[in-house]
Amino acid sequence: MTRPNLSPSTLAAATGTALLFGRFPVGKYYSGNARSVMARGWRATRSTNSLVVMSGIVEPIFYLLSMGLGLGALIGQVQTEDGQRVPYAAFIAPALLAVAAMNGAIYDSTWNVFFKMQFAKLYEGMLATSLGPLDVALGEISLALARGLLYATGFMLVMQALGLNLSWWALLALPAVLLIAFGFASVGMAVTSYLKTFQQMDWINFVLLPMFLFSATFYPLSVYPQGIQYVIQALPLWHGVELVRALTTGQVNAGLLWHVLYYAVMIAVGLFLTTRRLRALFLD
Amino acid sequence: MPDPVIVSQNLVKRYQDFVAVDGISFEVAPGESFGLLGPNGAGKSTTMRMIGAVSTRTGGELRVLGLDPNEYGPEIRSQLGVVPQENNLDLELKVRENLLVYGRYFGLPRARVARRADELLEFAQLADKATHKVDDLSGGMKRRLTIARALINDPRLLLLDEPTTGLDPQARHILWDRLFRLKEQGTTLLVTTHYMDEAEQLCDRLVVVDQGRIMAEGSPADLIRRYSSREVLEVRFGSTQNAEVAERIQGSGERVEVLPDRILVYSDSGEKELERMTAAGLRPLTSLVRRSSLEDVFLRLTGRNLIE
Repeated sequence: MTRPNLSPSTLAAATGTALLFGRFPVGKYYSGNARSVMARGWRATRSTNSLVVMSGIVEPIFYLLSMGLGLGALIGQVQTEDGQRVPYAAFIAPALLAVAAMNGAIYDSTWNVFFKMQFAKLYEGMLATSLGPLDVALGEISLALARGLLYATGFMLVMQALGLNLSWWALLALPAVLLIAFGFASVGMAVTSYLKTFQQMDWINFVLLPMFLFSATFYPLSVYPQGIQYVIQALPLWHGVELVRALTTGQVNAGLLWHVLYYAVMIAVGLFLTTRRLRALFLD
Repeated sequence: MPDPVIVSQNLVKRYQDFVAVDGISFEVAPGESFGLLGPNGAGKSTTMRMIGAVSTRTGGELRVLGLDPNEYGPEIRSQLGVVPQENNLDLELKVRENLLVYGRYFGLPRARVARRADELLEFAQLADKATHKVDDLSGGMKRRLTIARALINDPRLLLLDEPTTGLDPQARHILWDRLFRLKEQGTTLLVTTHYMDEAEQLCDRLVVVDQGRIMAEGSPADLIRRYSSREVLEVRFGSTQNAEVAERIQGSGERVEVLPDRILVYSDSGEKELERMTAAGLRPLTSLVRRSSLEDVFLRLTGRNLIE
């Protein structure tokens, strides 16, 4: 059998997964064709829900304008973790960017995936072809990433226009946002694959909203007592907020690699669980 | 003799303590049209899923296109066409897009998929619906689109799980005609159904499956000869009288079967049985002589109890 050509990105992802899974026989679950799943997503988005995509770009910009500029006029400057004083808008803008990445990735990997699994039986059809569950997982997650990148780029342009990117390191915020989106998309899809009803889907929002409000998004972590700080630091969004904030405000140090590692683990665990679950559901 | 497309020996599928398929053995030759016939829950769909390499067997041997589906899922699936029991068309895509996108799942080149998609829309009599939404199609059209989609990769084996369930008579006949053409072109078909007329129309050979086991195997005519008679006489005496009358005519024909609403007499000649009955002074309210069908075979083998 000849296998389709692998693109470098999917090959890298597959190799990573293969290493992670140890003796996991990737050939049975992966045919190197995740891009056909992604291409399907583009087509579907183009014809049915391009408006939903646009709303995702506008939402964080509204937050930035009302809270950053509005509240920011009252607050003035805020001290970051590193002791640097920055304008309030420049403080919350990177956090909103991380949140936008999270929301875009979560929307695609939870509601969209849930619908496709439970009602449209889309994956059943895909897995009757030469595609394997890892193709489907990677394809869907890549689509979520592409959307995350689109949101992030739009938001970064607004930040630039408002003078909120304080350093050239800000350019690295784009790949950082991709990393964040990848982490949330793969865990989001893994969680969704275990859910059976719409009621359970509400739990996802129940977790996301407080995480959005309390992850040092609108004020520094130091306002909390020590115990609560530990809880916040265990949550994924805080790592994303800190990573992006350090880049757009130009306070880069080796400690940021911990945040990167946190997301690398999220990605690996999410992909592993998703592939295993899709296999159990559709290739029993 | 060319290599068989499917070889199944003692195929078993067990879920925890429930046995869905309990030792099924059969072979399907290239170009053959083979049927799995049985009531709901007989294990047809499970067997189909194992052959389609989307379910791993618990026991026995299975070779599809010469390969073991437990090991070579993607390789086997790349040469199969699958028409599932419930349509799973992509509702977010237009009719023609459904074919294009599906072809790409097989990793086929864009140009080839586009050419094949147009041929298949023609074949499925959907060419004028190419840019329509899938949801706007009728049930029969959706079914034809699902079949067209299953043919996008020029499969060596087409799996059809209850292809015409829920369709009106016209739609069924159009579909049978299309499937018959495929058969003429040499495509190997594996069909599950609980419609006897469908099995008689489509299948060269079939097995009757019940409770995960094979009850009988042969061509439709073969099975009718073996498990039924040439003709069946159906008489009604009213629901209160049937049982009593049945006592008196016991021994007529090859076999007499009493149902709540009527009596069936299996015989070489239904007319003669009816004459004999009238000569004995019995006056049925209604009588009907008909050719024996697979339905008689099926009900004889799987019983008349309602199976859910």
